Amino acid sequence: MALIELKGVSKFYDMSETRVDALKSVSLQIEEQSFVSFVGPSGSGKTTLLNLIGCLDKPSTGNVYVNGTHVNDLETREAARFRGNHLGFIFQNFNLIPVLTVYENVEYPLIMVQNIAPKERRERILHYLEAVSMLDQKDKYPGQISGGQKQRVAVARALVTNPKLVLADEPTANLDHTSAFKVIELMRQMQRDLKTTFVFSTHDPKIMKEAEIVFTLEDGQMTNKEIMNLKSSN
Amino acid sequence: MKNIFKIAFRNLFRYKRRTLLTSLLIVFGMILVIVFSGISTSFKGMMIGTITDSMMGHLQIHKKGYVSSIDNLPLHLNLTSKEISNLRKVLDDNEMIKAYTFRIKLGAMLSNFEQTTNIRLTAVDPEMESQTCPALTDRIEGNSAEDGQFMQEGELILPKNLAKGLKLKKGDDIVLVATNKDGSVNAIGLKVAGIVEGLLGPSGRDGYIHIDDAKTLLRITGDEINEIAIRLNELDDLKEVKKQLGAELQQFINKQDQPAFESHTWAELSPFATIATIVDLLIITVKIVLIAIVLVSILNVMMMSVYERVSEIGTISAIGTLPSRILGLFLAEGFSLGLISTIIGNILGVAVLYVINISNFHFSFGRMKDIQLVTSVSSSELLTISVIVLLITVLSSFQPALKASKMQPVEALRHV
Ligand SMILES: Nc1ncnc2c1ncn2[C@@H]1O[C@H](COP(=O)(O)OP(=O)(O)OP(=O)(O)O)[C@@H](O)[C@H]1O
Ligand SMILES: [Mg+2]
Repeated sequence: MALIELKGVSKFYDMSETRVDALKSVSLQIEEQSFVSFVGPSGSGKTTLLNLIGCLDKPSTGNVYVNGTHVNDLETREAARFRGNHLGFIFQNFNLIPVLTVYENVEYPLIMVQNIAPKERRERILHYLEAVSMLDQKDKYPGQISGGQKQRVAVARALVTNPKLVLADEPTANLDHTSAFKVIELMRQMQRDLKTTFVFSTHDPKIMKEAEIVFTLEDGQMTNKEIMNLKSSN
Repeated sequence: MKNIFKIAFRNLFRYKRRTLLTSLLIVFGMILVIVFSGISTSFKGMMIGTITDSMMGHLQIHKKGYVSSIDNLPLHLNLTSKEISNLRKVLDDNEMIKAYTFRIKLGAMLSNFEQTTNIRLTAVDPEMESQTCPALTDRIEGNSAEDGQFMQEGELILPKNLAKGLKLKKGDDIVLVATNKDGSVNAIGLKVAGIVEGLLGPSGRDGYIHIDDAKTLLRITGDEINEIAIRLNELDDLKEVKKQLGAELQQFINKQDQPAFESHTWAELSPFATIATIVDLLIITVKIVLIAIVLVSILNVMMMSVYERVSEIGTISAIGTLPSRILGLFLAEGFSLGLISTIIGNILGVAVLYVINISNFHFSFGRMKDIQLVTSVSSSELLTISVIVLLITVLSSFQPALKASKMQPVEALRHV
C-alpha cells in the first residue's frame, strides 16, 4: 500500500449563504520515500489537501489513508498522537516557539510529544542541528536568527522524531530566493539520506522543479500529475 | 513537568511589564489582607485580653437565672457554702483551668459625709482576683502592691469618675450603706485604697471591696458568693472547657429538678463579643476583595496570553502536543504567576507588619490610653491566604487554558 492514499476526497465549507468546495473528489497515491509537490494558484486547495493528509482536518466525503491508517476515524487525541508519532510539519511562517532556544525548539517534540530518554535526545538534537548546519547557533533564540535559518531549524524539528512523512505548506514563501533554494535542497538531501517522504506545496515554479512528482491543483480539482526528470531520484 | 514550568516561566517573562503589573496587583491585595488581618486580629486579641484579664475572666459560673437579672445585682441568687465546695472540686480537677475567683456583686450607697451616691461593687479576695484577672492591678492608680494584694480588709477601690465627682482620693474615709437580702440595712466605714480606671469610658461605676467586708455589710455568715470567674491556661481551650463544665454542672440539680448552675463565656457576657465578630467579618470581606482581585487579574492576563498565542498553540498542537499538555502549559503559567506573587506578597506583608511594630504606633481605646499596636499574623493565617490565592489563580487560569487546549490546529494556524 502507498504511504498516502486519498480516495474521492472532498472538502466543503458551509458558509452562511454559499458552499465553498475547497476540494472536489480528489484521489491520489504517494509512495514512500518520494519528494512530492502540490502546486496551483491561490485558493486552489493546496493547504486544505495538506491539512487532510496531516490529520489536522477531516474530509467532508471520501477516505484518507496515511501509513495504512484510516485517519478519517481518528478522534482529536488519537489524531494528535498520530501526528506526533508519524508526521513532521514545516510551516510557512516557521512557527518556532519564541521563548525556546534553537536547541530547545528541536528538543520540544522529543519531550512534550514523544518521551525520549535524555542521552538519546541530546544525540539526536545535535545530529540534526549539525545536519541543518545550525549547531553553532543552538543557543540563540528564534528572534536572533534569519528566516532561512529559522526554517532550517524547523526542518530539524520536523525530522528529529524520525517521522515517516514530513508535510510542508509553502515552506519557502517567506524566504528570499537563495534561502528558499537552500531550504529545498536541505529537504531534498534529508529525503535521500533518511528515506523520509516529503510533501510540500508551493506556487513558485522554480521551487516546484525540485520535486520528483508534481501534482497540480486547480479550483479544488487535481488536474495533472507530472513525474519530473529522473536526474534527482536516486 | 519541569519542562512545562520552564516554558511557563519563559512565557511569563516574555511579557515583563504585564506580568509585573498583574503580579503587583496580587501582591498589593495580599499585603492588604495580611496587614489588615494582622492589625485587626491583634487589636481584637488585645481587646479581648483587656476585658478578660482585668474584668471578666474567661468563663463565669452563677446560680441559674443570675445572669438574666444581673443588672439588679440580686442577692437572693447566691451560691451556698455547700454549692461552693461542690464547684471548687469541679474546678480544681480541671487541668485547663489556671485560676478562679469568688465574687459577691452588690449595689450600695456611698457617702463621703457630705454627699451620697449609689455604687456597684464587686467584693473579692484580692489574691484570688489578681490571679484570675492579672491585668486588674495595672488599672488601679496608686497601687503599689507587687503581690496582687491590691487592698486590705477595711479598704475599697473607687471607680475614677465617682472619685472625681465626690472629690475623694487615696486615704480618705467613706461610709457604705447596703440592704441585705432580708431587707435590713447596714453600714460600714472604709478607707479609699486606690482608684480604678473604667474599662470602656467614663460611665464606669464599678468599685472593689474586700469579700470579708461585704460579708459584714450584708450580714452573711459562712461562705456565700454570687459569681465565680475563671481563667484558663489557654484561651483557645475556651470552647472545650465550656463544654466540659456544662456537662459536669448538669449533675447539680435544684429543687425544681432544673440545673442549679449556669456557665457563660466572656463572649456571652460582654457586648464586645459583637465587635469581635464584626472584626472577623471585616477580615472575611477583605479576603473576598482579594479573591476578586486575583480572579479578575489572572483571568484577564491569561485570556490575553491565549489570544496572543493562537498560532503558537496551533503549532504545538499540529506537531502532536496533546490537549491535556496544552492545558497543563497554561495552568502552569497562571499558577507560576500566582506563586511568585504569593511569595512576594507574604514577604512584603509580613515586612509591613514588622515595620508597624518597630515604629511604635500607639492608640487609645475607651479609657485605655497609650496601647501599643503590636501586630502579628499567624503562619496558619498566611498559609490560608496563600492557599486561597493559589487556588483562585488555578481556577481562573482554567477557563483560558481550556480554551487553548480545545483550539483546532487548522483554525489556530490560519490565524496570524
Ligand atoms: N476555514 C475555511 N472556511 C471557509 N473557506 C475556506 C476555509 N479554508 C479554506 N477555505 C476556502 O477553500 C479554498 C481552498 O483554500 P486553500 O487554503 O486550501 O487554498 P490554497 O491553495 O492553500 O491557497 P493559497 O495559495 O492562497 O494558500 C479557498 O477558496 C478558501 O477560501
Ligand atoms: Mg495555502
